[in-house]
Amino acid sequence: MDKKATREGYGDGLVALAEIRPDLVVLDADLAAATKTSIFKKAYPEKHFECGIAEQNMMGIAAGIASTGKLVFASSFAMFATGRAYEIVRNSIGYPGLNVKIGGTHGGISVGEDGATHQCNEDIALMRTIPGMTVINPADYIEAKAAVLAMAEHVGPAYLRFGRLAIPVYNSPDYKFEVGKGITLKDGKDVTIIATGLMVAEAIEAGKALAEQGINARVINIHTIKPIDRELIVKAARETGKIITVEEHSVIGGLGSAVGDVVLEEYPVPVVKIGIQDVFGHSGAAKDLLVEFGLTAENIVHTAKALVSR
Amino acid sequence: MDEVLVKQLEIAAVKIRMGIIEGVHSAKAGHPGGSLSSADLLAYLYMHRLNVDPSDPKSPTRDRLVLSKGHAAPALYATLALRGFFPMDEMKTLRKIDSRLQGHPDSKKIPGVDFSTGSLGQGISGACGMALSGKISCDSYKVYALLGDGEIEEGIVWEAAMFASHYMLDNLVAIVDNNNLQIDGKVSEVMSPYPIDEKFKAFGWHVINIDGHDFNQMEKAFDEAEKVVQKPTVIIMKTTKGKGVDYMEDSVDWHGKAPGDEDYERAMKQLREHLAELEGSVN
Repeated sequence: MDKKATREGYGDGLVALAEIRPDLVVLDADLAAATKTSIFKKAYPEKHFECGIAEQNMMGIAAGIASTGKLVFASSFAMFATGRAYEIVRNSIGYPGLNVKIGGTHGGISVGEDGATHQCNEDIALMRTIPGMTVINPADYIEAKAAVLAMAEHVGPAYLRFGRLAIPVYNSPDYKFEVGKGITLKDGKDVTIIATGLMVAEAIEAGKALAEQGINARVINIHTIKPIDRELIVKAARETGKIITVEEHSVIGGLGSAVGDVVLEEYPVPVVKIGIQDVFGHSGAAKDLLVEFGLTAENIVHTAKALVSR
Repeated sequence: MDEVLVKQLEIAAVKIRMGIIEGVHSAKAGHPGGSLSSADLLAYLYMHRLNVDPSDPKSPTRDRLVLSKGHAAPALYATLALRGFFPMDEMKTLRKIDSRLQGHPDSKKIPGVDFSTGSLGQGISGACGMALSGKISCDSYKVYALLGDGEIEEGIVWEAAMFASHYMLDNLVAIVDNNNLQIDGKVSEVMSPYPIDEKFKAFGWHVINIDGHDFNQMEKAFDEAEKVVQKPTVIIMKTTKGKGVDYMEDSVDWHGKAPGDEDYERAMKQLREHLAELEGSVN
């Protein structure tokens, strides 16, 4: 399977988006080469604006541009876009409900060698708390590009998370992205594995491995964490009775919490959360860190077996 | 500037001050001091300078004003009311549970409010974004941002200041209401932003110093700003906090406190007398 980082999908998606939205403006904060808005900058230099190392101001600039009716994307690492600039995102973008899209790249532990200061495992939690904020975490290059394109029709603030690491591209080129709609990748009745972002490919692998061991797992990709697909989650709870959530994010406030909220309110079943267990990361190669923090198909299999036999 | 116009603006400013006092008294909360210091400037901008139309508050070609010092909301609301965006009587609903007049400006709820503000420093960034957007699509509107002198202690203000000069936003004018007081005391003692003019100059701005209660100086300054090319302009205006209500003038106590019934009557009596005097001299 081809491997490509979702941030590449961000850059390519922006170029495609500009064709249908000529009013598109893209901002970056001295990380264009890393966030891949450099791809857009090359194609549309007159629509790309460098804001320098000043993420708070960039979010205010984005809000001001959006207030005049243009579509704007503001880009930085997830850590700085959602952490450093949180209050500007809340008050200047979220509160007035402006049509600003935030592209946060280098989300999660797979940032790797840069270490804990750059490994943002809290961005989804932070953005989820802002009323009216849509939160999207694409699972592969194709889904990432499609999610960016879908923003042409989406009105209001949105946060899109992209990764640094090249990961398997499992979707086909004709894939259509629908905001807020989860995708059942494999049906099953024994347990449901709900994954997001780069963990979706691992969940697919886990589903296959479990099948070989006689466990029929349902595998769901939740790319839109807010608004979350309640119907699909409740159906899974009802039909499989057990849920495992898998995310490259803190287990506090991310996908696991969002799924837990739905299940708790509508159809309580056991939910086991795989993710970063309330700790900081550290430097290392992404693939080694993913193993260390249990973000692998193997750990999903292990967890599923334990849950099914409990 | 024409003397009749000056008189009209003076009258407008007193009416705005009455609206401010009406609002904060009714709300039993709010920020009269910094509202009163900004009243003359807002009167000048909305009654004379800005291209705005109360019957079309979202017009894409309108000039924009961002009240970066969002706590001066009572001044902005009273000004918008006087300009016809909504009835002045609505000032009595300020900060009330069923009112659209929020404690700090809300662009979604209130006609004429161009940008939601309240958290200090954020407005000037938004104003820079509006100005950049105008440049991108070659619009002719102007963007004004009113900041407090305490507010410029926020780091984001200087990120925005760098941005505005980097992108040569000559369609942007920032105004600093230099009343020299913030909640905890004199700005020079809490965290000195001085010299304000030299700082903006160093950030690449065209700088003008004026008396913020003098309409003739305002007219000159904004005319000058209009002629500046490839640079943003900042007008630093010396003002008196609480201006127009004698016991509030230059007093930090009235930064964020509403007058009770007795103080309200005193303030309104002064303002009514001032208004009668001004109107008498016109007739």
